Amino acid sequence: MTTLLSLVVALLLLWLALWTVVARDAFVAVAGFVVYGLLLSLVWVRLAGIDVALTEAAIGGGLTGALLLGAVGRLRGTEAAAAAERSGAGTRAFAALLSLGVTMVLALCVLALPEPAPTLAPQAADNLPATGVGNPITGVLLAFRALDTLLEAIVLVIALLAVWSLAPDRFWGGRPGPRYAADPDGVLSYLARVLPPIGIVVGLYLFWAGADHPGGKFQSATILAAMWLLVQMAGLGDAPRIDGRWLRTGIVVGPLAFVAVGLLGAWQAGAFLGFADGWAKPMIVVIELALLPTLVLVLALLLNGAPARNSGKMPAGDGGR
Amino acid sequence: MALSTGTHAGALLAAAVLLPFVGMLLGVLLGGRQVQRVALACMPLGLALALGITVAWLREGQTLVYLLGGWAPPLGIALRADGLAVAMLLAVAAVVCGIGMYARADFATPPDVRESRAAFSYWLLLMAVWGALNLVFVSGDLFTLYVALELLTFAGVPLVCLAGSGETLRAALRYMLFALCGSVLYLLGAVLLYGGYGTLDIPLLAGAVQPGAIARTALALMTAGLLAKTALFPLHIWLPPAHGGAPAAASAVLSALVIKGSWFLVLRLWLDVMPGVVTWASAQLLAGLGATAIVVGSVVALRQERLKLLVAYSTVAQIGYLFLMFPLAFDATGNVLVHGAASTGGLLQAVSHATAKAAMFMAAGLVYAALGHDRIADLAGIARALPVTVLAFVLAGIALMGVVPSGAYLAKKLLLDAADGSGQWWWTIVLQGGAAFTAAYVVLVLGSALRRRSAALMQVKRVSRLAEFAALLLAVGSLALALAALGPLPGHLVSNPLAPKELAMTLLVLVGGALLALGLSRAPLLAAPRPAAAAPAGRLRQAALALGIACEQADRLVRRWSFASIGLLTLAALFGALLLVGRAT
Repeated sequence: MTTLLSLVVALLLLWLALWTVVARDAFVAVAGFVVYGLLLSLVWVRLAGIDVALTEAAIGGGLTGALLLGAVGRLRGTEAAAAAERSGAGTRAFAALLSLGVTMVLALCVLALPEPAPTLAPQAADNLPATGVGNPITGVLLAFRALDTLLEAIVLVIALLAVWSLAPDRFWGGRPGPRYAADPDGVLSYLARVLPPIGIVVGLYLFWAGADHPGGKFQSATILAAMWLLVQMAGLGDAPRIDGRWLRTGIVVGPLAFVAVGLLGAWQAGAFLGFADGWAKPMIVVIELALLPTLVLVLALLLNGAPARNSGKMPAGDGGR
Repeated sequence: MALSTGTHAGALLAAAVLLPFVGMLLGVLLGGRQVQRVALACMPLGLALALGITVAWLREGQTLVYLLGGWAPPLGIALRADGLAVAMLLAVAAVVCGIGMYARADFATPPDVRESRAAFSYWLLLMAVWGALNLVFVSGDLFTLYVALELLTFAGVPLVCLAGSGETLRAALRYMLFALCGSVLYLLGAVLLYGGYGTLDIPLLAGAVQPGAIARTALALMTAGLLAKTALFPLHIWLPPAHGGAPAAASAVLSALVIKGSWFLVLRLWLDVMPGVVTWASAQLLAGLGATAIVVGSVVALRQERLKLLVAYSTVAQIGYLFLMFPLAFDATGNVLVHGAASTGGLLQAVSHATAKAAMFMAAGLVYAALGHDRIADLAGIARALPVTVLAFVLAGIALMGVVPSGAYLAKKLLLDAADGSGQWWWTIVLQGGAAFTAAYVVLVLGSALRRRSAALMQVKRVSRLAEFAALLLAVGSLALALAALGPLPGHLVSNPLAPKELAMTLLVLVGGALLALGLSRAPLLAAPRPAAAAPAGRLRQAALALGIACEQADRLVRRWSFASIGLLTLAALFGALLLVGRAT
């Protein structure tokens, strides 16, 4: 029964992937992609990768989907021109054959992988007590491979700088996106008042549980960012000015605190990003706490986009937070 | 917890990676004019760190290692610096400092605003590129290297469109999409290797990897992906518009530095991770692409009307040059790639190119700033108006040509020796021909710049002295590399540069270059109209023009999306096939 279910899900995934690729309408393709992401997170659940499933749903399906939908909205005007561009039948057939060939080789390689798969999981489990956390994923991300996590946080900051750099010069320092004005008695305003308290609790729970159970700062940050964006879209708050001192601080506090903890490790334990005995858990909590505002802000601001106006309609100081 | 954290000076490696990133983060925090100050303060510090690493490496006489957090691979991540990494760290630090000097004039925050978009973005992204490159050089782990590639791409893309026009935005998007395709292929390969061998640490992987389906597929995919990021012909779809359209201070970063990151990674993969998986035929294909890049890139460069595009296309050609070392790096059995004369030559070539190409873009940018245009045909009189800039351009060109005395000369010598030693005479032709092509576009530009002008030259802007000297400094540095490299190199390689044989070779390259420039340039190089009696020369010129147009059309064809994306996968498939069947014995 479960094998049958797996097979059905696998076929459905393949079909959705193909659908996303061949769809000519951008909106349809994005819709296919979002559903694909959600289905993929189900697959991760079945493979007992709950952490990956949560991340896939939050980032792969949710955040990326929202970004893509925003892009589709902006591309509406060019769609007809893009659809008219079509390669010849020969080119398309060759491309399809080539892709199929590469896929076949990849599939053969996956079948040729050694059984049982060589893995570092036992080593990670053996060394986990030294980190003081119960979730091995957290151990890998914040102790064994902490450098990668630090760099990923920096990648996010760079991505945000890249988006900001697209702003017209005259709006530099201003606020991104349009100022939303929704009906104060409408359903969106209602949701924006009711959902955030729940979302914040759920987000913080995911954050705290991440030390010992599936969850963690990334998934938590996605939910918190979504709540903030909901408030903005309902017109209850405004996107922040990108030159605000507090905003800038929030954006860099995570990686900077990460580096500071790493330097503390270099002093105490003799290795950058190392932890002295007994200090691992509190230091990991410090890093996670500092990364949370960075991730919430960067994810939300990435969706907000480049600065596009100089001020909101609301009085200064009332927006954003 | 492991007690050892690697070699004594290993901590310097972590510092070299972190310094630019911390500088970037502090810049975001402080904002305004402080961004530039923080970046400029980081530069001497970073250069000092790179020098410290070099000294430590020389003193310890072995690869520097640092275990992050004290966790040993495969569980943890190690930073390592061998000779290749140390040389690249030092070169990049020097070039970043030069670019920083140059960019002070172009990317200063205007006095009437608190913070400007272009200055804020430029200095932060420059820091990010620097940190990402340092990470590429010292990382000993294939996944950390993936993160480094992402850092490099995301920092490089916005540099392309800092000017803010629609055209540069299109170039930036093109760059990003194609580079991300390359990333995906690299990541696929890394995942396959982890699935097959359970580690991503380079030395551990090198010890475990077997020439089988998994290693071959991984190497083919990763190589194709990295070539897309390096813009090796025919995957250079994004390079000319991106490097030609970006502001000069950004083009210098992109052309001199950013492409070296993915090139370096190909070197790592082929020589350090899977030297036994690589086959003779696959190395021939790689260098063959390089040779094609030299011909097409150079010919199209000679047909450009704008100086910056000429320099951008010359980068396409120079990237090809960087890949000529691979078939020359095999050991005596012809089955395993080894570090030796060829890899040293390749490295020297990369360092020479990094310094000289940065200088060339800077000079082109200064010419554009002074004249308000960079049409090659209208450069007459510029040599008199901007002598230092033109000198920097010519010295950079000489450095790239590989005539005495320059780093590229030693590089060419090492590669020529390796080609002789392994009996691969065809690469000798490519190596010498490539030098002649480089000579050609220097002659072309110089011919126009030295021409006398009838009317007074209209200068729209005074250029910064500091910027001119920054360009000159980098060009001279590229020439002086020969001196720096003489120490570690075996003495017999370097013959007296003034010996008749060497002089004749230099002359041959220059004359060949002049002839190429005469034949291939769009407008006739000699302004005086030719008498009709020169009919045979006219026919030759027509043949050369036909070749030029053919190369331009080939370039236009391969830079279409459909061709480039199909080419990417085709190359992966070709490499896979040649890795399977291409063994020499």
